[in-house]
Amino acid sequence: MENLSVLMTCPMSTYLEQELEKRFKLFKLWHYSSTDQFAKVNANSIRAVVGDTKIGADAKLIDTLPKLEIVASYSVGLDKIDLTKCEQKGIRVTNTPDVLTDDVADIAIGLILAVLRRLCVSDGFVRSGSWKNGDFGLTSKFSGKSVGIVGLGRIGSAIAKRAEAFGCPISYYSRTEKPNTNYKYHSNIIDLATTCEILVIACALTVETHRIVNGGVIDALGPKGILINIGRGLLINETELVAALIEGRLGGAGLDVFEKEPVVPDELFGLDNVVLLPHVGTDTEETSNAMADLVIQNLEAYSLSKPLLTPVV
Amino acid sequence: MEGNPGHLHQESHVYSSQDLPQVLVLEPPPILKHYSGYFSDKFDLLKAWESSLPLNQFLATHARSARALLSPGRYPLTADILQLLPSLKLIVTTSVGLNHIDLPECRRRGIAIADAGNVYNADVADLAVGLLIDVWRKISGADGYVRRGLWATNGGFPLGSKLGGKRVGIVGLGSIGLEVAKRLEVFGCEILYNSRKKKPFVSYPYYSNVCDLASEADVLIICCGLSDQTRNMINKPVMKALGKKGVIVNVGRGRIINEKELVQFLVEGEIGGAGLDVFENEPLVPQELFTLQNVVLSPHMAMFTPESLWSICEVLVGNLENFFSNKPLISQVMDV
Repeated sequence: MENLSVLMTCPMSTYLEQELEKRFKLFKLWHYSSTDQFAKVNANSIRAVVGDTKIGADAKLIDTLPKLEIVASYSVGLDKIDLTKCEQKGIRVTNTPDVLTDDVADIAIGLILAVLRRLCVSDGFVRSGSWKNGDFGLTSKFSGKSVGIVGLGRIGSAIAKRAEAFGCPISYYSRTEKPNTNYKYHSNIIDLATTCEILVIACALTVETHRIVNGGVIDALGPKGILINIGRGLLINETELVAALIEGRLGGAGLDVFEKEPVVPDELFGLDNVVLLPHVGTDTEETSNAMADLVIQNLEAYSLSKPLLTPVV
Repeated sequence: MEGNPGHLHQESHVYSSQDLPQVLVLEPPPILKHYSGYFSDKFDLLKAWESSLPLNQFLATHARSARALLSPGRYPLTADILQLLPSLKLIVTTSVGLNHIDLPECRRRGIAIADAGNVYNADVADLAVGLLIDVWRKISGADGYVRRGLWATNGGFPLGSKLGGKRVGIVGLGSIGLEVAKRLEVFGCEILYNSRKKKPFVSYPYYSNVCDLASEADVLIICCGLSDQTRNMINKPVMKALGKKGVIVNVGRGRIINEKELVQFLVEGEIGGAGLDVFENEPLVPQELFTLQNVVLSPHMAMFTPESLWSICEVLVGNLENFFSNKPLISQVMDV
């Protein structure tokens, strides 16, 4: 097994770095002042790239690495990878599906409960000593509320299954209607938003789904509606979202992803009907390691000319 | 009777409060804050706290003929209090726990007790699950991190802990405990439990001793009521058995846990974290908890949603109406 030269695009997991170093020749892009500076020295040796949701493998990077054969993404989302270019050049692409499905679904439910039951606000209320001066007030019930899911893939289905345990009727919008579910299908997202009380965005970011949640969808969800995003920030028109929240046209939001992470619109910081997370959907010890293992296994398989475990291209 | 168009209109307001059945209330229940009209339309509420008289005197003077009492569940209904209410035949309580009522005395006097039934079980279970996800996935901590601008400046946030595969030890597998179990199963958690008695028709592994449960569990979720058996039940040996990574979630009563020992264990890192909705001396909460990153605190709010309060109202009013028309109670507590 010839020692594969691997370029890691940014810090994503110390465990993954260590495991890659044990097996391959690892280069760390962030140790160089720029991609061009790196390329000057090492462009011709790199055969594999390990990217993530912050820095993947865009056209520019692919063009800089003429010997690139495989991109192994430390993510399930592929929006930071130029898949068309990879296909054209015969570059293989792998991601990390399934191992992170549960964690992301758990965070979606956690966000719903945190928004409706005001967990973060009430925790602050107790810590500040305010409880001594009076009761906290009422919070909104979750069980039984109607949940609408945009994208009924692996993660969307896992969210649906969990919400069902809370007695929530489930409806969804997807590219195509899924067989074998009892959930109500809507052929357009406005109908879904109109009829549900909690709208969860769980689809992949593609050209078609870019800003799929616009002002019209937010208005359809309405002043008592809750919007949850565990997909990608660019699935929502963030400016419209912020305006709707400030003006009270949307009841609340739980967001794990944003348009320009780690930048979060600071108008949201003063609102107590939103919960803001720093893209932690897969951030548990167990899942981070499982994702790293899958990246390693794919690269090992590739270097031994064995079938890839989770190929996308 | 002619002419005065205002007369008929007036007549509907002529019902004096003496026509409505009288219900004694010692302390203001939260449902009155939100739904007082619903009660005052049907009952003459004798509100002890609005009088300047000391309670005993008030009761002796005004409550001798009161047949029904509405209890929010905090003011202790001792034998001494009950003695001042010779006509009392029904206590309706918003609380599911009955530890504030002298049950043997009620039995002796033939005073029936009706509670709020199962109407807020879902809300309490939801909060237990919410607190657990928050502790394990650090939701409140991460939200604070983002709001303080630290994501942009400092980057990553510490990793949390996955729910799937974790062993959840439910302390008290009553109606609320079962609702918690039903939810967490779907997250891939393994359910274990301790209860006064093993439950038939339940396949979860039973542990007759809460210490044994703690040694097998990754988290203990306290869903039981407060009684002589459960007071201070969660103490040092139980927490030691639970271990340094163990988490405790409490939606039962604060005094089920030895709070001083819990705080010590949390501060010293002898257990992994806690999600607490109830405390020994509410609204006082041990200040040592305020700086800990691995705890989530909520102000006894598990059942306080508009939906639950409304459902409680309906059940209580239903019980009172049935009582006053000599019909069977809707949610009589039978095994006092």
